[in-house]
Amino acid sequence: MADKPRIKLPKEAAKGEVIQIKTLVSHVMESGQRKDAQGKTIPRKIINKFACEFNGKPVFSCALEPAISANPYIQFDAKVDEAGTFKFSWTDDDGSVITAEEKIALKA
Amino acid sequence: MKAINRRQAFALGGGFVMLTLMPMAADAEVTNDAAKWIEKFTDGKTPAKGKISLDLPEIAENGNTVPLSINIESPMTAESYVKDVMIIADGNPNAGVATLSFTLLSGKAEASIRIRLATTQNVVAIAKMSDGSLFMEQKTVKVTIGGCGG
Repeated sequence: MADKPRIKLPKEAAKGEVIQIKTLVSHVMESGQRKDAQGKTIPRKIINKFACEFNGKPVFSCALEPAISANPYIQFDAKVDEAGTFKFSWTDDDGSVITAEEKIALKA
Repeated sequence: MKAINRRQAFALGGGFVMLTLMPMAADAEVTNDAAKWIEKFTDGKTPAKGKISLDLPEIAENGNTVPLSINIESPMTAESYVKDVMIIADGNPNAGVATLSFTLLSGKAEASIRIRLATTQNVVAIAKMSDGSLFMEQKTVKVTIGGCGG
């Protein structure tokens, strides 16, 4: 895949704090509605699922349709009760998966 | 009868404009299978109003990327939390936009995404709570340049 996804979240959080996570991934999100110069339909190619888990437990997920803009931006919240790792995954129509990881620590 | 003065005339005129505009705003045309999507998600139950605040621009200059924020009022505890939220656009070639799934680890039932809107239409959000109750909110967005190509 092209670029690395961009993820923004705090480095550390207090126990029980709800943090905001912003994600942005580069993707054409071809809707399958557009036609090329020859009038042929450009086949659909989108990210159809985004998921975020924390230490193996699901936090937030999202089924996406062609009505999501190119380079999908997704912002959501997560409650942090322990230090650990967020895992993000974006699943493409063609089956490929873009993944990323971010660590978070607890505030002393 | 007393002749109406200028102020009253204005008020009357304004009333007329409201009357003629309102029905149009209320039923921006449904051009796709939005009803099917809604039925599948709600199992035929009628969602109640409220709890959801759906934030969308009133006028979107570029339908290719319209910011959408949603926030559902919920304590997000094991007893009561928001499970799934479906977002639908009733004037796009396909009604579905996204289905968000929250968990207890979400902390807040809040999310932002950017969506495509082909034309001026209603965006509908329906939230399913952990106890099975349903809530709905709807916003009309005017789109200057459509975002689905053609």
